[in-house]
Parts: sequence; C-alpha cells; structure tokens
Amino acid sequence: MSYVPGQPVTAVVQRIEIHKLRQGDNLILGFSIGGGIDQDPAQNPFSEDKTDKGIYVTRVTEGGPAEVAGLQIGDKIMQVNGWDMTMVTHDQARKRLTKRNEEVVRLLVTRQSLQKAVQQSMMS
Amino acid sequence: MSATMDTESTYSGYSHYSGHSKKAHRQGSRDRHKSPRSKDGSRSEKSVTIQTPPAEPLLGNDASRTEEGQDDNWGETTTAITGTSEHSISQEDIARISKDLEDSVGLDCKRYLGLTVATVLGLLVFLTPIAFILLPQILWRDDLEPCGTVCEGLFISVAFKLVILLIGTWALFFRQPKADIPRVFVFRALLLVLIFLFVFSYWLFYGVRILDSKDTNYQGIVQYAVSLVDALLFIHYLAIVLLELRQLQPMFTVKVVRSTDGESRYYSLGHLSIQRAALVVLENYYKDFTVYNPTLLTASKSRAAKHMAGLKVYNVDGPGNNASGQSRAMIAAAARRRDSSHNELYYEEADHERRVKKRRARLVVAVEEAFTHIKRLQAEEQQKAPGEMMDPREAAQAIFPSMARALQKYLRTTRQQQYHSMESILQHLSFCITNNMTPKAFLERYLSPGPTLQYDRDRWFSKQWTLVSEEAVTSGLQDGTVFVLKCLDFSLVVNVKKIPFIKLSEEFIDPKSHKFVLHLQSETSV
Repeated sequence: MSYVPGQPVTAVVQRIEIHKLRQGDNLILGFSIGGGIDQDPAQNPFSEDKTDKGIYVTRVTEGGPAEVAGLQIGDKIMQVNGWDMTMVTHDQARKRLTKRNEEVVRLLVTRQSLQKAVQQSMMS
Repeated sequence: MSATMDTESTYSGYSHYSGHSKKAHRQGSRDRHKSPRSKDGSRSEKSVTIQTPPAEPLLGNDASRTEEGQDDNWGETTTAITGTSEHSISQEDIARISKDLEDSVGLDCKRYLGLTVATVLGLLVFLTPIAFILLPQILWRDDLEPCGTVCEGLFISVAFKLVILLIGTWALFFRQPKADIPRVFVFRALLLVLIFLFVFSYWLFYGVRILDSKDTNYQGIVQYAVSLVDALLFIHYLAIVLLELRQLQPMFTVKVVRSTDGESRYYSLGHLSIQRAALVVLENYYKDFTVYNPTLLTASKSRAAKHMAGLKVYNVDGPGNNASGQSRAMIAAAARRRDSSHNELYYEEADHERRVKKRRARLVVAVEEAFTHIKRLQAEEQQKAPGEMMDPREAAQAIFPSMARALQKYLRTTRQQQYHSMESILQHLSFCITNNMTPKAFLERYLSPGPTLQYDRDRWFSKQWTLVSEEAVTSGLQDGTVFVLKCLDFSLVVNVKKIPFIKLSEEFIDPKSHKFVLHLQSETSV
C-alpha cells in the first residue's frame, strides 16, 4: 500500500457502495476520514507505512450507512466514484465524498486483511 | 540554664583543662567580651568556685553534679578568680595590657622600615638624571662642547618624562597601607631591588666613563640621562603590570566557610600570593558575611553537651591503655542508644520560627503606626506653625516610645539585642526621618543580621587575624590550596579551586534556515 515514486500503486481493493442518508438538510455517510497530503502521516494509527498520506477511515458510526455497506475502521480509501483519493488533500477528500447532488458513493477501499486473504488463497 | 554558664565562666579562659573535658575549651574566654549587662541581672559576674586538680573524674563527683547544668565536668575543670578589690587588676585587664603592648611595638617598626627604604630609593632615583645633566656643567663647564638646539630639546623631554614619572609613581605607590601582612610583599621587594641595581649600574658607568675621563661630548651625556629616564618609565610600566594588572584576570574561585556556623561565600581571584588572597578574603568578609553572633551557637552546644553527658567512660585499667579503644566503645554505645534529640530540634525550631514571625508582625505594625504620626513640613507651612516644629532628633525621640517595646522584644527573640543600644536606635531613627525613609527602610537594619561593617567596632569579635597555612604565605595560589584565617572566636577556612579550562566552539546558523512545517492530523466526519 505504500507509494513508491514512479511506480503505479497496486492494492487489493474491495468495492463498497454507500447510500447516503438524509438528515435534515444534509446527506451523511456515517464515517470519519483522516489523512491527506497536507496532513502529518506519522500520526495515523491505521497505516502500515507511516509515510502513507492516503485517506483512512478513522471512525464508523454504528448503524450508519457506511457500516451497513461494509466499511470498516482503518480502511484506506483509494477511489471515490472514480476519483483518485491517494494523492489528495484532506479538504479535497471531504469535498469528493460530500457532493450534494450525489446520493450514492462507490468507494474502492483496501485493508491489510484483504492482502493477506489473497496471499493465503494463492498459496493454497 | 545557659545563662548561668554565661556569667560564671567569665574568667574561665585561663583555667587548665583536664584530659577529658573538651567542653570547657569551648566555653573559653569568649564570654569575656560579653557585656556585663546580661539577661540574668541579679547575679554578679564575679563568682567563687572550688579549684580541683585536673584528675580523672570520680564516680561520686559526677552523681552530685548532674543537675548542675549541661557541662558535667565544669566543677572539676574550671577555675575562677575571686572578685577584684580596688587595688588588684582582673585577668581581663592583664590580657588587654599585654595585647596592647604587643600591638604597638613589633609591627609598626617593620612597616615604617619598608616605607623609609622605598622613599629614600625613590628620591635617589628621581634625582639621578638631574645629577647626570648638571654635574658636567658644574665640574668642567669650560671644556664642554656647545650643543644648542638638540640639547635643549633633550632637556625638555627629560623634564616632561620626569614629571610623568613623578605623577605615575604618586598614583601607584603613595597609598595608605590598608593592612599589615606577615611576610614581605615579594613583587614590591623585587622591583625595589631591580631599580636599585639598575640605578647603581648607571652610576657606575657614569662615574667611570664620564666623571673620571671628563668627557666633553655634552650631547652624549644628556642622551645618556634621557636613556635612564626612558628605562625608568619602562620599569614603572613593569611595576604596573606586576602589581596591578596581573591579578585582575580571574583564575581561581575561592570558597570561604566560617567555622562556627557554616556560612559560606565564593569569590573570584587572579594570580595572588596566599597572603594577598587572605587580604582580599578579609576585606570581603567584613561586608559579605553576617556578623558573628556567639549567642546563636548556644543551642547546638547544649545539644552536643547533652549527647556527651549521657555517656561516661571510666578507665579501669589505669594509665597506659589504648585511647582509641575507649573512643570506639563510646561511639558504639552512642549509636546503640536511642535518643530523640532530633525530635526536640524540630519542634524547637518550628516554635522559634513561629515566635519570630509573630513578633516581627507586631513590630512592623508598631513602626508603621509610629511613622504615621510624623509629617514633614513644607517651607511655607513652617512659618505658620512655629511652636510645634521639631528637628529630626526630637521627632525621633517623640515617636520612639511607641515602638520601643515591640522592637526590644523582637531583638531579644532573634538574639540581636547586644548589637543595638537605645542611643544607636534613636540615631538611626532620626537619620531615617531626615532622609524620608519609609518604616520598612528603617526596619531593614533590625529585621535580619547584617554584615559586620554595619555594627559598632566593639561588637565585632574579629579584629586581629592570623593566617594559618601549610605552604609559605608568599607562594602563589594553586588548585587545592587550603589556608585558615583565625581570629580569637572563630576561623575562616578558605579552599582554592582553579577555574576550569573552558573549550568554547562555534556553530553558525544561517538565519534563512529557520523554516517550519505544520503537522496537522484532522478528522472530518462525512
């Protein structure tokens, strides 16, 4: 999951489709994000590589749309609706997720357990 | 109990001591200085006691004397002289007379001898160039070659250089000697010898080559005199460097500890001989250290006495036993014995502090109140109220009674009462009133003990000093030198340490290199 300059990023990803929930005037997804290229990657508790400036899921509200869709805490978000999330600022990431005219967001997320599962299945 | 000790042992300084009692030594003759106006006014200061031979203490004597006070061996080891009649003189007077005698005769001689030698030499040296120039004129004037402008120019330069030399010597050397030091001042002696040899050799040359042969080259003679004056100026420069400049750069740090109460100070000194360093330390002692107060030491002495009094060691083997075995037994017994003197000390000190604070509060309030009664009259008001005007002394006398009691009590509690007489307090009060000082400024002198210089000379306890040193006192200071400055009642232990060699390196930081990044980690809920 770490970024090697000049090489394409490869990861095992899971597709997650979240339907936004309307609460009053807002559409909420039910999770919190942390990270970004303008943030300090060393303080990220979920990343394996402490120079990874990607967007991570730091909290998932119980019973919210994200949990229902299968998003887990510690996931790294690679794409949102086709837009890349590995090299964005924190604010850009927030904007991409909270567009008012989109009701559904399709995320590509990756986590370490996915990589391990693939390796195990390859070995067996 | 300690009051009885103070008055009865007035004459015990000249008693003889038995081998055992270490305590009698400390009572000593220190209390001789104490004024007769002691706390226990009813007792007379002359008392009669029994003189016993300095024998080993027997069992019976001790048992009867345990209630007599802290010092159990007092009866056996101190002697006292009976009261004086009009025709006899007391021990005190004898001691004073002998001290005065010794002061006046011996030391002054040495001081004046040095001074006269230096003065004579100085005069000789000063007149030498003038003599060099004048002698040919007087003795063989007709044979001399005329030398016009050049010689006159040289005369002017000689004159001015001599004036400069005179002023320089006056500035450097003609000062009041401020101290008597035990050994000769090495550098000064060295310089005098150097000057003497120098002038002597010049005179020798002059006498042989010029006077005997009646040299006619007057310009050469005058130039010779000028060279002498130049060389004298250089010697003067050498004198400044050796005597004044060399010790200015600090090389040693000196720690001075007073032996009685452990008060310590640090001073920085340069390259000095031990005796000069001792002088510097003493000059600073009078202004830095608080005044020596023997009454403050009675508490620790009584504790020590109680400790010793608990143990008696008897010599059953007769003379010729080993003393070290005896003392070891005593120390072991003391360690095993349970004693609660630390408890007493703690509570006593806490109690004393509380008392002092209370009395201090009362004193401050009383003084502030007293000062509010006094107001300075402005110039125009002075004409309006001529009857009530007082000068500072009268004003002081007017407000003194209201604060006298509080002040007296406070001084008693802090044991400073012998340093301040009523007259001195009144004087200080009128001084403060004259100079518009606040009550706090007036009290500053009494609230805490000040340096020795602040007090009257009779109360100093420290006028005659002895330098005790293992190395020669004219040798220079070295790292680890220790010497002791003793006066009658206490001593100052001086420990010399070299200032460490400091390795200082530099690091250059470009001002443009101060750059910072912001490390955030924000969390947004979506």
